[in-house]
Amino acid sequence: MKNLRWSIPLAIFVVLVAFLWVGLGRDPREVPSPLIGKPAPAFRLAQLHAPTKTLSAQDLKGKVWLLNVWASWCVSCRAEHPLLVELAKSSLVPIYGLDYKDDPSAGRTWLAQNGDPYTSSVIDRDGRVGIDYGVYGVPETFLIDKAGVVRYKQIGPITPDALKDKILPLVRELQQ
Amino acid sequence: MKRAVIAAAFLLAASLAWAVKMEPPAQEALDARLKKLETELRCLVCQNQTLADSNADLADDLRREVRALAMDGKSDEEIKAYLVARYGDFVLYKPPVKPTTWPLWFGPFALLVAGGGLWWAILRRRTRMASTPPAVAEEAQARGRELLDEQR
Amino acid sequence: MIPEFGHFALILALLVALAQGTLPLIGAAFDEPRFMAVARPAARAQFLLVALAFGCLAASFVGNDFSVVNVATNSNSELPLRYRVAATWGSHEGSLLLWTLMLGGWTTAVTVFSRNLPQALLARVIAVMGWVSVGFLLFLLFTSNPFERLLPPAPEGRDLNPLLQDPGMVVHPPLLYMGYVGFSVAFSFSVAALMGGRLDATWARWSRPWTTVAWAFLTIGIALGSGWAYYTLGWGGWWFWDPVENASFMPWLTGTALIHSLAVTEKRGAFRSWTVLLAILAFSLSLLGTFLVRSGVLTSVHAFATDPARGVFILAFLAVVIGGSLALFAWRAGTVGLGGGFDLVSRESALLANNVLLVVAMASVLLGTLYPLFLDALDLGKISVGPPYFDAVFYPLLAPAIFLMGVGPVARWSRAPLPELAARLKWALGVAVVTALLLPFVLGRWTPLVSVGLFLALWIVTTTIENLRQRIAGSHRRGFLAKLAANSMSYYGMLLAHLGVAVFIVGVTLVKGYEIEQDVRLDVGQSVSAGGYEFKFLGVTPGPGPNYRALTGSVEVSKDGKLLETLHPEKRIYNASGQTMTIAAISTQVHGDRYVSLGEPLANDDVTGAWGVRIYLKPFVDWIWVGAFLMALGGFLAVSDRRYRFAVRRREEPAGDATAPAAAD
Repeated sequence: MKNLRWSIPLAIFVVLVAFLWVGLGRDPREVPSPLIGKPAPAFRLAQLHAPTKTLSAQDLKGKVWLLNVWASWCVSCRAEHPLLVELAKSSLVPIYGLDYKDDPSAGRTWLAQNGDPYTSSVIDRDGRVGIDYGVYGVPETFLIDKAGVVRYKQIGPITPDALKDKILPLVRELQQ
Repeated sequence: MKRAVIAAAFLLAASLAWAVKMEPPAQEALDARLKKLETELRCLVCQNQTLADSNADLADDLRREVRALAMDGKSDEEIKAYLVARYGDFVLYKPPVKPTTWPLWFGPFALLVAGGGLWWAILRRRTRMASTPPAVAEEAQARGRELLDEQR
Repeated sequence: MIPEFGHFALILALLVALAQGTLPLIGAAFDEPRFMAVARPAARAQFLLVALAFGCLAASFVGNDFSVVNVATNSNSELPLRYRVAATWGSHEGSLLLWTLMLGGWTTAVTVFSRNLPQALLARVIAVMGWVSVGFLLFLLFTSNPFERLLPPAPEGRDLNPLLQDPGMVVHPPLLYMGYVGFSVAFSFSVAALMGGRLDATWARWSRPWTTVAWAFLTIGIALGSGWAYYTLGWGGWWFWDPVENASFMPWLTGTALIHSLAVTEKRGAFRSWTVLLAILAFSLSLLGTFLVRSGVLTSVHAFATDPARGVFILAFLAVVIGGSLALFAWRAGTVGLGGGFDLVSRESALLANNVLLVVAMASVLLGTLYPLFLDALDLGKISVGPPYFDAVFYPLLAPAIFLMGVGPVARWSRAPLPELAARLKWALGVAVVTALLLPFVLGRWTPLVSVGLFLALWIVTTTIENLRQRIAGSHRRGFLAKLAANSMSYYGMLLAHLGVAVFIVGVTLVKGYEIEQDVRLDVGQSVSAGGYEFKFLGVTPGPGPNYRALTGSVEVSKDGKLLETLHPEKRIYNASGQTMTIAAISTQVHGDRYVSLGEPLANDDVTGAWGVRIYLKPFVDWIWVGAFLMALGGFLAVSDRRYRFAVRRREEPAGDATAPAAAD
């Protein structure tokens, strides 16, 4: 029985190691979104290709859609862009772009050079809509359902795995 | 005509009074309050700096938002709630007290109580021993002296 | 060729370390003197080989060999020589090599200063240190090779991070590692003693000086890190409760508990298992700190570039070393036996309470540091735990420990009747309370927290004076100087270290209580007043540096119309990396610092336009680091005590001269 007391430090350490082991697989820098399961924040912004027209989250109620936050100055966006272009071609889910803290003409040029997968893009010049969506880096992508509720957030570029394992299955489920 | 002029003057005066009442707080006090608040908020880009110190673009934007909210009359709690609604608890350097953080906030106190209990338990055992030192300790001391003598 | 020599030396060092780890253990287990005798030469050979490897890496940096990946990533031919040398430990691989070098150095020191240790104990101690070396060498060779080649070689290096191009980088890591690694000695002594089944006062006597020296180095290392952050980061802060700062503070807290616990075990034979556990804990926390910085589980300013493979390796290493020693503790601690008894109010009980408080404080820091990871691992969300938490939790825990610092040294061993203690200390208490209540008014503004802080500092001072007074009054020697000389270095070391704590507390209390900050936009020629001084911004002058372009500001500081000095804060843009650094201008006085740094240019023209200027007044801030240095000095003084110079005296005096050891203190 006496031995039990002396084993307490070891027991605590074993628990600690278990946590550290799990921790190795996590990214401490990643900030999960508190918007999952909540209504997508409202916005009304000018469209990138048609500055006199606006688009709002309200307009997109009734369909499942992706909101992709991008910018012409964003280097990592180039990594995911071909994937988005492919996805757009497959017409599985419409992709709307949020051109974040960008100059509109730079944005239009970038799309012309790299391909435009977006059904429409809106321009968020001062980043306020980005803040409402909890954007802290570019690119980020939100999956929003027919009722306008945020169902998933991809932090960083969309990878083929994330698309296959997380986004597309959820899209199919939500579209039913 | 005269009545209209008097009425207009009255309205003007009233609106001026209203404006005076709604005047924003003194600049220095506001700056100090914002500075203190911003040291309790975490920058999401330069995650090892407070919102007060970070030079990141997003930090600039968020400081602007915070200032706008404060000028709008929002309290510190409301501003924090605004940011937490968008970025989660991660943005607060002082973790909120809720069931998932009870071990964090009450842990140290619990540890102190446990430590105190341990101290008391050890003391009670030793106090009983105070009068007669155990043979084991004596033997160990003797061996120690032996060892030291050996080295001469 | 040089990098290859270095690499080969490391491989050889690993082989020697394996021998160092196994043969002496076998020798101690089976009482084979020849196997045990392998310990000393193996340890020294391993150290020489690691030193050779380190030398090769340093030579590659100094010689600008950009065919070595580490040099190409962390250095640059324009980098001044002293920083090229410091860049040797400026990366994950290089700093690990420094760790391993220090470990070899400490092990070699043990082989030199251990003439009077029983051979079996020495063999085990060196073997355990050998196993730790094996772990680090394996880690270096398999996941973090500093000698990896870059072919074709880079034409130029990427430059050392500008934040590290500073004298702080030359001294802070080596001294810090001296502390971290030094705790491995106490750790090895504990594990060796557990293995041998003998844990007595003599074991504590041997461990104590090693631990105190390691603790003193760690104190200096942490103080240097804090001071460096203060003047280099440009925002006047000196402690941020960053995970890596915490990683250095936790072994320090545990080490402090350990040196006090060792004192009790040495003098009274008590607390044996507790002391052993603390020794294991202190080094375990050093290793844990190594893990936290290099595995990527926590974000920190100090974190090195991470790689999952490295994280897994260190975790496995931690599990083996710490898990193994704790398992050994669980198995053997019960057989260690208990020490003598003591009363509820006695020096032992005060030291035990102090230990408990320090360990609880350490555990709280650990809890706060790892809590975000705990929640994330359980999928309960992501939170941040920062200064508001640590400040709220830490100071209340440490305050009683500091109060006990006044009681412990004055209390007698075994039994210290409370009335007697109270009588001795009432003067000290009274003076401390009254002065602490009145002083803030003199300083300008009274706040309760300032009074509490000042009380604790003054309490240490008054009780120290009382302690010394009692000593001198009770001394049988004649003459004041003779009475002073009757006390050991160990005693004066304690007094000095405790006074260091008091000085430190004064610094922290007054800077937190009275610091002033002004963050303003200043046009050229515009002034701002703060804390009774006038600060006039005279604009900015561009100029070149050795490997950067500088914009040097000029700020005139005046008081009551009289010009005191001109301060020159800088903005530097480093050529190789393009990174910008803010260099503060600090005017250091005994009663505080005047601290000015440049924010951002607010007009189109950097040179003639307005700038954001940050002005800080930091009262008594340097007392923080002076206090820390005094603590360390106290530690070194204590170790110079003649009872540790055993071997020397034995040879000087013929047998038969029964000189009593230093008076119980």
